[in-house]
Amino acid sequence: MAMTGVLRPGHAQLRVLDMEESVKFYTDVMGLLETGRDASGRVYFKTRAERDHNSIVLRQADRAGMDFLGYKVLNQATLDDLEAKLKAHGVATERVPAGEMLETGERVRFKIPTGHTLELYADKTDIGNGMGYTDPEVDVIDGKGIRPIRMDHALLYGGDIDGSRQIFEDVLGFTLVERVKLEDGATDLAVWLTCSAKAHDVAMVRHAEDDKLHHISFQLASWEQVLRAADIMSINRVSIDIGPTRHGITQGTTIYFFDPSGNRLETFCGGYDHYPDMHPITWTWDEVGRGIFYHDRKLNSAFLSVVS
Amino acid sequence: MPSYTIHIDNDGSSYRCTDTRSVLEGMESLGKKGIPVGCRGGGCGVCKVQILSGSYTKRVMSRAHISAEEEASGCVLACRIKPTSDLLLRVMGPMKKSVCGVVEPAGVLSPST
Repeated sequence: MAMTGVLRPGHAQLRVLDMEESVKFYTDVMGLLETGRDASGRVYFKTRAERDHNSIVLRQADRAGMDFLGYKVLNQATLDDLEAKLKAHGVATERVPAGEMLETGERVRFKIPTGHTLELYADKTDIGNGMGYTDPEVDVIDGKGIRPIRMDHALLYGGDIDGSRQIFEDVLGFTLVERVKLEDGATDLAVWLTCSAKAHDVAMVRHAEDDKLHHISFQLASWEQVLRAADIMSINRVSIDIGPTRHGITQGTTIYFFDPSGNRLETFCGGYDHYPDMHPITWTWDEVGRGIFYHDRKLNSAFLSVVS
Repeated sequence: MPSYTIHIDNDGSSYRCTDTRSVLEGMESLGKKGIPVGCRGGGCGVCKVQILSGSYTKRVMSRAHISAEEEASGCVLACRIKPTSDLLLRVMGPMKKSVCGVVEPAGVLSPST
């Protein structure tokens, strides 16, 4: 800990069905900044507050979903060290050369048992948040769109969440924050893990199909901004799944909604800080509804069945 | 704006939908049920229907859920079509993986160690 090793989720590449419509959505509704386009047609975005060149990458495809999720690590030595540890754990890795993604260094790519492709990287060009690093002003939300602070975490759906959790914990240094048990009281339906002091840097739900995305989440600064985001969604006729509401798990306030290709996104605020010495919280099957949606106190059918 | 009657073959229910709204959005906006609602963006596949008669315009939908052959034969996602005539459709199935459905496969996986 003390924030070495894996630092945070750094980039997610999403598949979209209609690039032009999607660029408009991520720019005008989400309020992200387009930072580049590459030769293969991918479009790169970051939030205004993020300093690195990109956090969301869109790729035109014939189906929705997530190609990969990348975590930034402290430096090149950490990258080499973690790759060696992955190999020692029996995980096959490959190196994606620097520059394959715009302004991004070499990436270590591997698959986890739930079928998702993860990446680690140490370098992404710091293009700043527009405020400079000397005597900056504060950033205020004064323009169009939701304008989240950062791409914060992802919720992944797949079969062997125990195997994937083992890689996150034993190799990548993540800590278990919360979990939901199935009716048997033993099997995890879902786990929330952190590599920092956030309430989660990744979460996973056990699911019949591998390599599914439940959502990519963006952090907002306040509950009021979550409500503002809901207004912006309705003005733009965005497909809202549920919310504004609160999660019992992590205690964050939330809206689940969908991008124009059916990839679920979240705008959330709050949650508590977690340190590695803290006891994880367990939710029982009987109270899972309140755990997921604290106000409704019941699951909706979409939570466990609608993924991309 | 023109509106059309959407008939759901499974339960014999029907509702009116304008040509400006998707068949799914038209159903939802009137508080009707019958077609499962998912992402509403052509990505998740839960609102899969077979059009038995009638005409419609359509937008791109995920090939993970609708093959080119299915699309050509009128098997589409209700969130991606707008009616240009009355429609008769059949819902292709309930939520593929219901809340209970996900628990059963999970139970056969090895528990956490």
